[in-house]
Amino acid sequence: MKQHQDTLLYLDGVNVSFDGFRALNALSLVLEKGEMRAVIGPNGAGKTTMMDVITGKTRPDSGRVVFGNSTDLTKLDEPDIAALGIGRKFQKPTVFEPHSVWDNLLLALAGDRRPRFTLWARPQSEERDRIEEILLTARLAEHRHRRAGDLSHGQKQWLEIGMLLAQEPQLLLVDEPVAGMTDSETEQTAELLREINRTRSVVVVEHDMAFVRALGVKVTVLHEGSVLSEGSIDHVSDDPRVIEVYLGR
Amino acid sequence: MSRVSLNLCLLAVLGGAGLLAIGNVAMPEGSAYHVPTYAVSLAGKYLCYAMLAVAVDLVWGFAGILSLGHAAFFALGGYAMGMYLMRQIGTRGVYGNAILPDFMVFLNYKELPWYWHGFDNPAFAIVMVLLVPGVLALVFGWLAFRSRVSGVYLSIITQALTYALLLAFFRNDMGLGGNNGLTDFKDMFGFALQADATRSGLLVATAIFLAVQLLVARYVVTSRFGKVLIAVRDTESRTRFLGYRPEAYKLFVFVLSAVMAGIGGALYVPQIGIINPGEFSPANSIESVIWVAVGGRGTLVGAVIGAVLVNFGKTIFTGALPELWLFALGAMFILVTLLLPGGILGLLSRQGRAPKITPAAEPAE
Ligand SMILES: Nc1ncnc2c1ncn2[C@@H]1O[C@H](COP(=O)(O)OP(=O)(O)O)[C@@H](O)[C@H]1O
Ligand SMILES: [Mg+2]
Repeated sequence: MKQHQDTLLYLDGVNVSFDGFRALNALSLVLEKGEMRAVIGPNGAGKTTMMDVITGKTRPDSGRVVFGNSTDLTKLDEPDIAALGIGRKFQKPTVFEPHSVWDNLLLALAGDRRPRFTLWARPQSEERDRIEEILLTARLAEHRHRRAGDLSHGQKQWLEIGMLLAQEPQLLLVDEPVAGMTDSETEQTAELLREINRTRSVVVVEHDMAFVRALGVKVTVLHEGSVLSEGSIDHVSDDPRVIEVYLGR
Repeated sequence: MSRVSLNLCLLAVLGGAGLLAIGNVAMPEGSAYHVPTYAVSLAGKYLCYAMLAVAVDLVWGFAGILSLGHAAFFALGGYAMGMYLMRQIGTRGVYGNAILPDFMVFLNYKELPWYWHGFDNPAFAIVMVLLVPGVLALVFGWLAFRSRVSGVYLSIITQALTYALLLAFFRNDMGLGGNNGLTDFKDMFGFALQADATRSGLLVATAIFLAVQLLVARYVVTSRFGKVLIAVRDTESRTRFLGYRPEAYKLFVFVLSAVMAGIGGALYVPQIGIINPGEFSPANSIESVIWVAVGGRGTLVGAVIGAVLVNFGKTIFTGALPELWLFALGAMFILVTLLLPGGILGLLSRQGRAPKITPAAEPAE
């Protein structure tokens, strides 16, 4: 095994098929602690499915997903995996629409998740401070009292990233965060992710090449459920196989 | 759901019941302020239905669990109370048997079935009123929510649950009075059930229990627990990725709601004077959902308003055109669903609970 001390996430020969269709095909991937990784690939390459496997939504047919030193994620369900410190942002922004921005962050805040706790929980001053901090980071300070459902598309994306931060995960999985964003929102999002990456590991799935270039991190190209190429953005965009997949269709 | 409207509702329930009780007990017959006993019992019945409606709103309005079997919990609470009231009859029954209720003597029972033991004790009976619906909800909910049964499938199995209980309670060998149910009650906690003062006391007690239930429900839905519950209602999978276990939240609120419905049923039986298997009929559960829809789902106050108004309408309507009631109820449900998605309360508060049409804010790619 090539696994060592600094590995945070290790996918080892993961296979997923849906009715005979191979969505992930012997996918292997290693993520270091503190790393930010961009995952690109055409539609249907298996990027979202990979996130589903890591977060426990989809159980692979075979293969291992090891988190930290020895935890096999394929044996756990979504709440357990979330509790281990893996947070996820969905492709389509999903926030709790009837709740205020503040309450969305409150519910995401790391802490006891059991009914017997939340039934009696009172707002703590540390919680307030933490939420204020995240509101600033996620550029939502002046929207704190607004109903999340009334936010703009871009603001919802940021709120969801803010909720991820509130969970204080070790690893953030972010699926297509800039889809549907304006250029300036896209730029701010790249900045936000770099800020987050100072203390946490991040995997970003994205289509937008300009955005991936702006992130300036190692890139993994997925194609038909396995890794086609890996390296710097310049390396992969010069790779003839990548050019074929992106241009040869 | 605003604090103000709930406080007003508490005031109306407690004040209304108090005034009716005073009018019944303290005003001489013939006085313009005298309230006849049948009106007191009718009001008591409406408030019991309101308790069922609040229970339904708690699971449907706040957790998205559309239970079409909640009247089963109401009926079970009612049967537990009915068993206590049966045992209180003692030798005053037609057959004068100190131990066995009349229907058992009639069916040639030699001794009291084991599950009837203890029901002569009021404290035991009260515990059973809470425990029987609660434990059934716990077992049922644990199985259903753990297997992630939700939506229409859950609604269908709750209907099946109440239907199965209906069939079971119809059987004479259940030992619970078969299709006649339990009736001919004489007294409760030592008070004669035929006495005006007892009837008025029961109405006031029902109002107090309903008020406590509303306060408990408000606490639950406005707590952090309640915020999680609403999140589960709208976006269940998202809560899971945040580390919450939706099944635990649903189970708690489902059991709480079943216990509330059971208390409603227990107060219903002494005021109506009978409990029979008809209370398990699937239509009863569906009616209780309609009360909530009419009043305004997810508002608690709307449940009370809906239950009282629809049942008041039913009393008037079934007096005049009994065979048309079900059509009227169905038409009301359709009209409310189409024209008033927020129910009466949504109309009153005009806060537009109907899904808002948001302008296209998303920039083109
Ligand atoms: N639940 C599912 N059932 C059947 N097919 C699925 C399911 N989820 C994903 N797929 C298929 O698997 C392939 C990979 O999908 P996905 O991971 O969403 O791709 P990407 O996110 O890279 O666009 C697609 O062809 C998709 O149609
Ligand atoms: Mg995708």
